[in-house]
Amino acid sequence: MGEHHSTYVPKTGIERWVDARLPIVRLMHDSAVSYPVPRNLNYFWTFGGILMLMLVSQIITGIVLVMHYTPHVDHAFQSVEHIMRDVNYGWLMRYAHANGASMFFIAVYIHIFRGLYYGSYKAPRELLWILGVVIFLLMMATAFMGYVLPWGQMSFWGATVITNLFSAIPVVGESIVTWLWGGYSVDNPTLNRFFSLHYLMPFMILGVVVLHVWALHHVGQNNPSGVEVKNYAKDTVPFTPYATVKDLFAMVCFLMVFAWFVFFHPNFLGHADNYIPADPLKTPAHIVPEWYFLPFYGILRAVPDKLGGVLAMFASIALLAFLPWLDTSKVKSGAYRPAFKIFFWVFALVCVLLGYAGSQPTDKAVLTLGGRVVLDMVGFGQILTIYYFAHFLVILPLLGLFEKPLQLPASIADSVLASTGHGHPAGAHASPEK
Amino acid sequence: MTIVSRFLAAAIVAGSSVALAAPALAAGGGEKPPRQSWSFYGPFGTFDKAQLQRGFKVYREVCAACHGLEKVSFRNLSEPGGPSFTEGQVKMLAAEYKVMDGPNEQGEMFERPARPSDRFPKPFPNAEAAKAANNGAVPPDFSVIAKARSYERGFPTYVLDILTQYQQQGPDYITALLIGYEEPPAGVKVEDGLHYNRYFPGNKIAMANPLVAVFDDAGKPQDPNFYPDGTPLTRLQVAKDVTAFLMWAAEPKMEERKRTGVKVMFWLILLAGLLFMLKKRIWSRLDDMPAKAH
Amino acid sequence: MKDVADNTMKAPGASDPNRRDFLLLATGAAGAVAVGGIAWPLISQMNPDASTVAAGAPVEVDLAPIGEGKAITLKWRGKPIFVRHRTAEEIASAKKDDTASLPDPQTDLARVRPFDGKAQEQWIVVYGNCTHLGCVPIGFSGEYNGWYCPCHGSHYDNSGRIRKGPAPRNLDIPEFAFLSASKIRIG
Repeated sequence: MGEHHSTYVPKTGIERWVDARLPIVRLMHDSAVSYPVPRNLNYFWTFGGILMLMLVSQIITGIVLVMHYTPHVDHAFQSVEHIMRDVNYGWLMRYAHANGASMFFIAVYIHIFRGLYYGSYKAPRELLWILGVVIFLLMMATAFMGYVLPWGQMSFWGATVITNLFSAIPVVGESIVTWLWGGYSVDNPTLNRFFSLHYLMPFMILGVVVLHVWALHHVGQNNPSGVEVKNYAKDTVPFTPYATVKDLFAMVCFLMVFAWFVFFHPNFLGHADNYIPADPLKTPAHIVPEWYFLPFYGILRAVPDKLGGVLAMFASIALLAFLPWLDTSKVKSGAYRPAFKIFFWVFALVCVLLGYAGSQPTDKAVLTLGGRVVLDMVGFGQILTIYYFAHFLVILPLLGLFEKPLQLPASIADSVLASTGHGHPAGAHASPEK
Repeated sequence: MTIVSRFLAAAIVAGSSVALAAPALAAGGGEKPPRQSWSFYGPFGTFDKAQLQRGFKVYREVCAACHGLEKVSFRNLSEPGGPSFTEGQVKMLAAEYKVMDGPNEQGEMFERPARPSDRFPKPFPNAEAAKAANNGAVPPDFSVIAKARSYERGFPTYVLDILTQYQQQGPDYITALLIGYEEPPAGVKVEDGLHYNRYFPGNKIAMANPLVAVFDDAGKPQDPNFYPDGTPLTRLQVAKDVTAFLMWAAEPKMEERKRTGVKVMFWLILLAGLLFMLKKRIWSRLDDMPAKAH
Repeated sequence: MKDVADNTMKAPGASDPNRRDFLLLATGAAGAVAVGGIAWPLISQMNPDASTVAAGAPVEVDLAPIGEGKAITLKWRGKPIFVRHRTAEEIASAKKDDTASLPDPQTDLARVRPFDGKAQEQWIVVYGNCTHLGCVPIGFSGEYNGWYCPCHGSHYDNSGRIRKGPAPRNLDIPEFAFLSASKIRIG
């Protein structure tokens, strides 16, 4: 794909015959074997492969769960318990699917923050980045609908609260919510359509992932130096075996974390309340979404106006799509941007704190002076929300104009030499020149 | 590698900061339950079969009149990883229960003795009947109660829980609740039909102290031979036994899960080790690279 | 300068690339075992689950309400089972046909079960699925007044033996035994 020529050479007559009609082996070879990878990628670049693994894992465990699950308000909770108790390895499928969602989001957040730090959204990778934002949105919708399916208390009340967001839309809001529900409240029709869409959306994600990878292989990967490939022989290595073995190693390490939760701590990332069957007459004392939605939930709650809160929440995600044009710096990598680096970590901290604010009761005190509450969780969330938006709308545009970046390396190969003093990125022993 | 480690630290905090377990009891007004020791703690923890059998006796004689166990089948009681009653015992036990079956040829539903494949019958036919019999409060089903109850751990404890494997919020809370009945402190008025409990959120619980079925007001056992295996009969012991039984009822595949997990972990470590060596060897081919012709 | 193929080659002085590579083989083998370990639960989950297996436990059937010349159909493990109380004439006609040309030769006596050392010839218990493609045959009909399968026209006699039509075998007999003269246990 892209700029480099295909190096695939069909060996047998059959391979030549197939290649002349459907060059699928050539496609695989060019994108997973000979595809040139910048040689200085660090382990943060393995998360794309890890995400692919998680998507496949979620689809497979999901298809298996559907064989035993019943999408009906009277049977959903029971059928999940049936999976946990009676189905062969049912507990494994369900815990792998439930924890898999969290692992998927951990990986995607690392992937996104890697892109933010190294400027992977900048030209010529704007579309690649926007496709990523689309995948992220689809993931959130899929995860939300999936969480409704066990029909526990958090499922029901999460669905009620989130669908009610749309009632904030002027004039047509109430009609839209009724349409989403298929009734006058979250009920069986809602569960059925969420189930249908929860099954559909992963395949939409898969489709956009194909575009995302296509765009990636067309423009080539960014790298920690942010300098584009100039000399393929010096700056890149072939995907196989170099990236393949590195990705596999990273995947197995990631699977260890995954397995730790699935086998030894399967309910840590969930809510106890979701083991209580849904009850439309009783709301749990404290409703919180799954951890991966908390920063956005924090933004939603920070805005005192209903419509304003909803708009702020959606804007906080939509803003990411405009990032390639909001960041005015000519330098891609944060490694060569001393001021950006600081703001990046502040921003990351703000996101974590937004998540914390989203998880806490609104009236909880954050700062008390002389027995008086100076700052409660709402006020705290507001400060963080303002900073979140300021980071994209004020700091990044201005930083590019005023910041003085460090001297960029002349090439990827040079950056490797500079950073390690050796001929290759990690664990080198040989001297670079003979 | 400093960026890597900082990034990872941030990711770990971001990933975990959030999973504040236990909104279930966020209402406040209940003391944090004291921590108990459990045989099922940790990656190698298993259920104590004798304890599960004792706990089942407590459930059956004390709780079952009001609290169902509708997701559990009689056969589960003889399955591996559980109380391990014999199949004969389970068959006899099931036959003591009546379940609804039918319709028969006359089109009528009829009661028959339960079989091991049946699930525990519900104590009340529906929620309304349960309400009517219990002062307006529905006694919750006990099938997954040990996973459905929790309390807030607070920062940074819940992050450390990932490593220390603490996940017994439910069992600790249930045990605490059972031994938490006491006289209300001065100035606290407890309305009719409610009872003061130190660990219940809000302190006022509709359920009367259930252990009066086992211990009289003076704390003496009603029946000194309640435990035929000679286990000392104390409130804490009875509370812990029934709690352990409820934990098993909520997670009957726990032992299978942990056993599988140990094997999986072992294999992943092996695979990671091999892949690491392979990766190092493959990448070492690049040592001489820059010296090559352009 | 777009050719990267030369990077795949080993550095000079590296070992012979054709040599059997222990590390690569070991990693591949460990990976294959892991993939197999992941595949097994995915396959196994489609087998009958514990509740299905438990619900398929043996059942006891009281025969007393079934009058002579009558039959009932009961459901066990999701399949129909015919229990037919034969008359003396029916038994005689079935025994007479033991010597007829049968597609799946079997004596009538081989298709009944004993109680107390005595064959209970009046009771025929068979799975109610045609051995052709699994349809449920209609009782007391067909050319032999046994069962007739409307799907593809298989005729069975009152012993459940295939007499005419595409079915290859006699109607299958489930595992069952007499607990008393009027009670059987199936399974």
